[in-house]
Amino acid sequence: MIIADRLTKDFDNFRAVDKVSLKVAPGEVLAMLGPNGAGKTTTVRMMTSILAPSSGTASIAGFDVVQQPEQVRAHVGVLTEQHGLYERMRALDYLDFFGKVYHLPRQLRRQRATELMERFGLGHALQQRVGTFSKGMKQKLALVRAMLHDPPVLLLDEPTSAMDPQSAKQVRDAIIDLQRGERAFLITTHNLTEAQMLADRIAIIRHGRIIANGSFDELSRHFTGDPLMELRTNGALNGLATDLSNQLNGLLTIEDKGLNWVRYRTRDPNTNNPIVLARCAELGAQVVTLSPVTRTLEDIYLQVVVEDETPQSESPMS
Amino acid sequence: MASLSQPTTKGSTVATASATRSGWGKTMQNALIITQREVRDSFRDWRIVAPILILTFLFPFLAQFVAAQFAGFLAGYGAELIGERTIPFLLMIVGFFPISISLVIALETFVGEKERRSLEPLLSTPLSNTELYIGKTLAAMIPPLLASFGGMLVYLLTLLGGELAWRPPAMLIVQIFLLTIVQALVMVTGAVVVSSQTTSTRAANLLASFIVIPMALIINGESIIMFLAPDAESPQGIGALWAIIFGMLIVAILLLRVGNSIFNREELLGREIDTLNLVGAIRRVGTFIIAVNENGTPARNLLDWYRRSIPFTLRRMRVAIGLTVAVFALAFSAGFVTGQQPQWQLPLEGAQNVEIALQVFEGIEQQSLQTTALGFIIWQNGRVLLLTLLLSIFSFGVTAFIIPPVVYLLLGYLLSQMLNAGLQDLFFAATLPHAIAEIPMIILATAAIFRVGAIVTLPPGGQTVVQAWTQTFGETLKIGLGLVLPLMILAALLETYLTPPVVLSVLSG
Repeated sequence: MIIADRLTKDFDNFRAVDKVSLKVAPGEVLAMLGPNGAGKTTTVRMMTSILAPSSGTASIAGFDVVQQPEQVRAHVGVLTEQHGLYERMRALDYLDFFGKVYHLPRQLRRQRATELMERFGLGHALQQRVGTFSKGMKQKLALVRAMLHDPPVLLLDEPTSAMDPQSAKQVRDAIIDLQRGERAFLITTHNLTEAQMLADRIAIIRHGRIIANGSFDELSRHFTGDPLMELRTNGALNGLATDLSNQLNGLLTIEDKGLNWVRYRTRDPNTNNPIVLARCAELGAQVVTLSPVTRTLEDIYLQVVVEDETPQSESPMS
Repeated sequence: MASLSQPTTKGSTVATASATRSGWGKTMQNALIITQREVRDSFRDWRIVAPILILTFLFPFLAQFVAAQFAGFLAGYGAELIGERTIPFLLMIVGFFPISISLVIALETFVGEKERRSLEPLLSTPLSNTELYIGKTLAAMIPPLLASFGGMLVYLLTLLGGELAWRPPAMLIVQIFLLTIVQALVMVTGAVVVSSQTTSTRAANLLASFIVIPMALIINGESIIMFLAPDAESPQGIGALWAIIFGMLIVAILLLRVGNSIFNREELLGREIDTLNLVGAIRRVGTFIIAVNENGTPARNLLDWYRRSIPFTLRRMRVAIGLTVAVFALAFSAGFVTGQQPQWQLPLEGAQNVEIALQVFEGIEQQSLQTTALGFIIWQNGRVLLLTLLLSIFSFGVTAFIIPPVVYLLLGYLLSQMLNAGLQDLFFAATLPHAIAEIPMIILATAAIFRVGAIVTLPPGGQTVVQAWTQTFGETLKIGLGLVLPLMILAALLETYLTPPVVLSVLSG
């Protein structure tokens, strides 16, 4: 469990994190999105008791980040933004060193290291020097290090950056697998597709403030409005769009149209789409397709950022 | 295959993260995990291993050869003594060269890790700041010290088997081994302090001259002592070298404290670039010159400054003032007791000295001389305090308890001599009138100077070293301007215009 309440961090004359409040339950993945310098890494550092909050509180697995820093760090696995590996060491020795730091018994740390390395497709590289690893391999090794002591909370900063698609999928699969193990995850990323795939909830942070926080559907509805549908006809519309707008006013809103297509928003597609189709049939329009226009996290993200930039933006959704 | 999906509760793997030992045992156990890794890593680097091997196994033979040649050459001119004393000097050099590598390793382990960003994963582990600091400090010291001891051992063995017949006294060898250890300790702990102020190895290497230059001067001093010390052959070792060992040990302990204060997660990761915020630092110093409380609230006017701001700082100086009074009392007592020893007593004879004193003090009462004396007294006291302040900043406050107490040592000694000669009235007449202002002045000045040097060894909780130092420096200036300077002028006025008439009245009965 990760809990942050009005967490704030000031550096000299600069506020890096501004009253961030979060809650990540066991088995839940929270993706924290935001531009560079938004305060993601500082938030993670406060949650690992590396930086002391200027105000506010946070707890990790039930331990207070200010009062019980060593317990916090014992119960959290961290993938840092920079992997910071010891390049002259062999991978197994490297993991063994961190296992010792966490006071894992010798047999257990060897077993965990071997199993995790195999899980990430690095079983063959246990005796290789870390300096000979590719970028992706290093990233995976850093992830193995974060998971070595089997922590109930994982804070992963850009977990799949620098990875090829296959490696990235391996890591995502591992996260999904771990998620079933009742662990709480906080992932910071710029990869919106990945965040959409992995996260139960998404928090968007900007200028140190959380400006949006919720599930994908919640954010989608809040920031991009009602579901958007696209209807295509066999041939020109011939006034169909105007007719739908006039006759079904209140059920839908026309957003855009072309020669043989029209896009409309409707609050309840399950109820309203059959009515639209019936009306098309009455008018003799031959409908080829009627499908929802997929909204991506990128759309939401950009919308959130745009709204945050406007002076009269409302308080963040949370 | 690992079952990653198995839930882990706090009771399983993670619970083993709490160490089985507690207190210092646990700290050292954890620190040694770091040390072990770092030492192994150092020995994987040929750039460290190659010089260590050369300095351990080749350099001692070269040193022995040079010593033999030098001794033979000097013997031809009847200067065997100088030749002999080259031998322990070269033993020290053989020991010193490998430990100079400790500086490089320390800069590498502290700044190098910061630069490569490999420190953050370590900082994310349950290890405490002290454990990390001790572990890394030991790691920087152990390989060079082993090389140093190895080199010295090889050198001593070459002495046994070589043509030089001189055998150094056992205690001198012990002293050189101890010197080597404290020098390594000072360099490594100094390197940590230097490292904390930089984010790149390049910048750290540049700043390392703050360690290298004083260390080179100390080595020069030690060499001179070894050649010239009258007790060079003493079985108890050379007294001056014991003093250096003790002094460097104190410096190392203070540097360890500073390093431990600086080596914390907040400072290490909070500093992203090498910047010197001079304007900010000056502003903070200014803030605490006029502050009436911890938050930096300024005094409203001069009266408010004296009423609230100065008492606020005086309260914060209580411990330093107490220590200063104790040190001065100790110095005065030591001077008095020394003066009672027969071998230190001066042949004072009352009547003759009274005549001399009368002549001196009658001369002082001339107006032109008084004006000169006033300026001289202020200048003399002022420059001593300024010099002490400067040295105190670089010696963690130690100098504050070395220079000013000398005055009290001398005063105690003088009192004892004048008591013996029956001139105690003259002593009190010559000191008490201006001492009313001068004693509080010197106590306050010394206490403030001590604080500004010592604060870096133990900054108050929640403050960085820079914050603590700039605040204390501001408070030192406040006490200097608000109390020390006025009292110094008052004391000089009293000493110039009041003390001489009082002395004359006592002398003329």
